[in-house]
Amino acid sequence: MIEVKDLSKKFDELVVLDHVSFTVPEAKLVVILGPSGTGKTVLLKSLIGLSTLDEGEVFIDGQSVQKADRREIYELRKKIGFVFQGAALFDSMNVRENVALPLVEHSSASVREIREKVAKILEIVGLPGKETLYPRSLSGGMKRLVSIGRALSLDPKYLFYDEPTTGLDPVMKDRIVKLIGNLKKDYRKSGVVVTHDLETAQAIGDVLYMLKNGRIARLDKIGKEYYG
Amino acid sequence: MNLFSSITDYTGFLIRSVFIPWRLSKTRSIILDQVFDVGIRSLPLILVIATFVGLVSTVQTLYQIVGSGTVPKYILGYTVGRMVLIELGPVLTALMVSGRCASSMAAEIGTMRVTEQIDALEAMAVDPYRFLCLPRIIGTFIALPILSIIAEFDALLCGAVYANYFLGVPFSVFNYGLIHFFFARDFFGGLIKSLFFSVVIATSGCYFGFRVKGGAREVGNAATRAVVTASILVLILDFLVALIVFS
Repeated sequence: MIEVKDLSKKFDELVVLDHVSFTVPEAKLVVILGPSGTGKTVLLKSLIGLSTLDEGEVFIDGQSVQKADRREIYELRKKIGFVFQGAALFDSMNVRENVALPLVEHSSASVREIREKVAKILEIVGLPGKETLYPRSLSGGMKRLVSIGRALSLDPKYLFYDEPTTGLDPVMKDRIVKLIGNLKKDYRKSGVVVTHDLETAQAIGDVLYMLKNGRIARLDKIGKEYYG
Repeated sequence: MNLFSSITDYTGFLIRSVFIPWRLSKTRSIILDQVFDVGIRSLPLILVIATFVGLVSTVQTLYQIVGSGTVPKYILGYTVGRMVLIELGPVLTALMVSGRCASSMAAEIGTMRVTEQIDALEAMAVDPYRFLCLPRIIGTFIALPILSIIAEFDALLCGAVYANYFLGVPFSVFNYGLIHFFFARDFFGGLIKSLFFSVVIATSGCYFGFRVKGGAREVGNAATRAVVTASILVLILDFLVALIVFS
């Protein structure tokens, strides 16, 4: 379980997070909605210590992210797969190398085992046989799928998605929404999704929050507060 | 940022990049890539530069010293040899590698910064300093002294050939001056310089790449700052090493 307690963050005078608290239960997807520029990405990154906080603490399976030293935080991050908004694939590596990177770095698996695992992951995300392609020859949606594949490679307990469907065509968006749903249902991956897309939030979220003006509120009636 | 805090930040960055677990089993292949990139890919440029350094040094030395007729011709080999081994070989090689590699390191890492690839490494529990900076520093540390030796050999060879065919100084005379007055200290002093230069070249490239915030314009600025800083540091270190080794 992930517990987020009283997170606060300011950029100069701009309050981005104002005592934000929520919990991510086991095998559930928490969706945080909010207009662009409200600090959703800052919030998501702060959950794994990529953004520093002014106040507050995040506990992943009971361990504080903010109090962890470098070694401990790297151990915590192995439990989490992070899907970046722009995919953040390494241009100099092909799809196989991108997906395999966490395995190469953190496992003692042989080259053959890693290849097999990558092939399996690419099947899960719907990109079988694309191992040798480079990011420059992939569409935005395919990059996002590879990024999800890379996030899955260490078989993490949690998955964090930063705007997973933004800027995609309806077909690809639907594909990614289904994939996120399947990962939760079939592989019991808990996680946090930040998005400004209400449709995506409705489709995949178990618990919905809205972040606006630094404050977070749980949405009981989906969409009402967002558009209100 | 004032000069003192910049130096502190730069030094802290170097320490953070080097004094970490190297995990050579995982990092070795990236280091080899960097040796290839800095060494092999810079080689054509270095050979061109070294060729002309050898030719110009020979012509200038003959004109200024030997041309008067009062100095024996073997002084040409002696002077060109020491000039190339102590100064021109290591320094010009380092300046060329600064221009080619420090800028590309800063641009590459800066682009990785703005496209969240460095954040992605962090998110995957991969230390970006070990993954990006350490291999570049070690790779340059290995490649630059080798490039310097090749440049020195090339410059001396071209100088000797030119002197033989165009200036009337036979190989045997040139070599006599070169070998008879060869001091190991000159050669190793040049190598020591190269080792220092390699660290500041790679560190400048990585440091300014890591510090990029913003977009394409900042990436370009980072590349420029990396080259300027590396070049200035090369010249400062050249002076300091010369003070220690040759004074």
